[in-house]
Amino acid sequence: MKLPACCRTLSAKCLLLACCAALFISEAVHADNAIVSPAPQRAAALRHLLREDCGACHGLTLNGGLGSPLTAAALAGKPADSLVATLLDGRPGSAMPPWRPFISEAEAQWLIHQLQQGDAP
Amino acid sequence: MKAMTRLAAMAAGTALLLAGCGTPALRGSGDLGVVIERAAGSVQVVSNSSNTMLSRVAGLGDLSHASLVYSRDARYVYVFGRDGGISKVDILAGKLVARVLQAGNSIGGAISSDGRIVAAQNYSPGGVKLFDADTLALLADIPAVDDNGQPSKVVGLADLPGNRFAFSLFEAGEIWVLDAATPRAPQVTKYRNVGRNPYDGLASSDGRYYIAGLYGEDGLALLDTWQPQAGVRRILGGYGQGQDKQPVYKMPHLRGWSLAGDYAFLPAIGHHEVLVADNRSWREAARVPVYGQPVFVMAEPSGRRVWVNFAFPHNDTVQVIDVPTMQVIKTLKPGRAILHMEFTARGDAVWLSSRDDDKLVVIDTATFQTRRELPAANPSGIFFSWRAGRMGM
Repeated sequence: MKLPACCRTLSAKCLLLACCAALFISEAVHADNAIVSPAPQRAAALRHLLREDCGACHGLTLNGGLGSPLTAAALAGKPADSLVATLLDGRPGSAMPPWRPFISEAEAQWLIHQLQQGDAP
Repeated sequence: MKAMTRLAAMAAGTALLLAGCGTPALRGSGDLGVVIERAAGSVQVVSNSSNTMLSRVAGLGDLSHASLVYSRDARYVYVFGRDGGISKVDILAGKLVARVLQAGNSIGGAISSDGRIVAAQNYSPGGVKLFDADTLALLADIPAVDDNGQPSKVVGLADLPGNRFAFSLFEAGEIWVLDAATPRAPQVTKYRNVGRNPYDGLASSDGRYYIAGLYGEDGLALLDTWQPQAGVRRILGGYGQGQDKQPVYKMPHLRGWSLAGDYAFLPAIGHHEVLVADNRSWREAARVPVYGQPVFVMAEPSGRRVWVNFAFPHNDTVQVIDVPTMQVIKTLKPGRAILHMEFTARGDAVWLSSRDDDKLVVIDTATFQTRRELPAANPSGIFFSWRAGRMGM
């Protein structure tokens, strides 16, 4: 089948657009896939840990204390990766301890995601 | 959810009781106490004679890290909330009588030796504010800003004799003594370079010594207020030498209760140890290995034994140290997340708060047997009224 030149250009553009969209969607799916929600019981335990034990320094409402605030607004624009690293390995020179003994990497990513979304308890 | 239901049930029970009587019977406040219910933003008024709750007062804001001091007549408490609120509660009537929001983020407070000034220590904006104890009207504002113009969080506020207060600056590493003889124009004396990151402080029960614990290095900073010209000196320096400091999941708390008899019992931050110093020379007298990192190290009123609770993940345990032998003689598992302990005035019982089991546990100190467990919603600090007459409390 032979299409007029203008249509060929159009279809090429469509293809490009479709490819971009596919790429975008696949990345979005990838990003979502990276955040694995823990099983409900574990999720509850992690929320409890966040509220009570992180809250010992960061406040029960996460508005800060000896530690900095962990509200969505306070964490806005901060790269998730570096927040996950701080959570897992602590922050040298500050009072922030490493939580790696108690939290897996996937759980840390989920917790940071929750905090940045403002979904934390 | 469960705690809320229970809370509602308890509230209903109290209402029923109150409905049954007309004027409340005349009573003293010497055996009363106040328990912080941190998540609910309420406090319970309890009796340590009957081991019961007498009333609950709600609407005190964010009490996630709350502490309180007593008026000198032991009728009122001033509750300092995380949200910067000061709530004045009449414990005999079980009523909130005054409340001010005085900062964005607060950590605790103190009351002056004449009982007329309430001081609040704040993280944000960092500083100390003085209030009229009757009206909660602001008297003075002392921002914790160092010579470089940098703000600090204020920790370890304690009252000293003569309407003075001592406190520490976390970021700046300074101890300030505030003379509030003229409450609207207090005078500050600053002690600089006392050590890195003081995390809390205490005044001895005679009001002579002020000690700040250091997070940023091993040791504590000591000020002898009888010899202020001698400045602040380091005690128990380098206690962690040769040992790796472990991560700290909860900062220890210091208060005058850790001074008992000839000794001071202090948490070794980052280590599973209680440090013991001779309270004349302030030299190390012993180290007691314990189950976890100590949070509260509290001597019984007799000074004969010292009770210790621990930071996460060891906070289901309480240990008891025998002072003459400097040995742990008892290990208890009274509940999950034991946040605080409080002795009755003469030490016949100790009350513990179990945050994650929503209960208070009353333990007989002579037998270590549990006398009673009481429901409480997410409890933290327990404060008995004997504090009303004690310096540094």
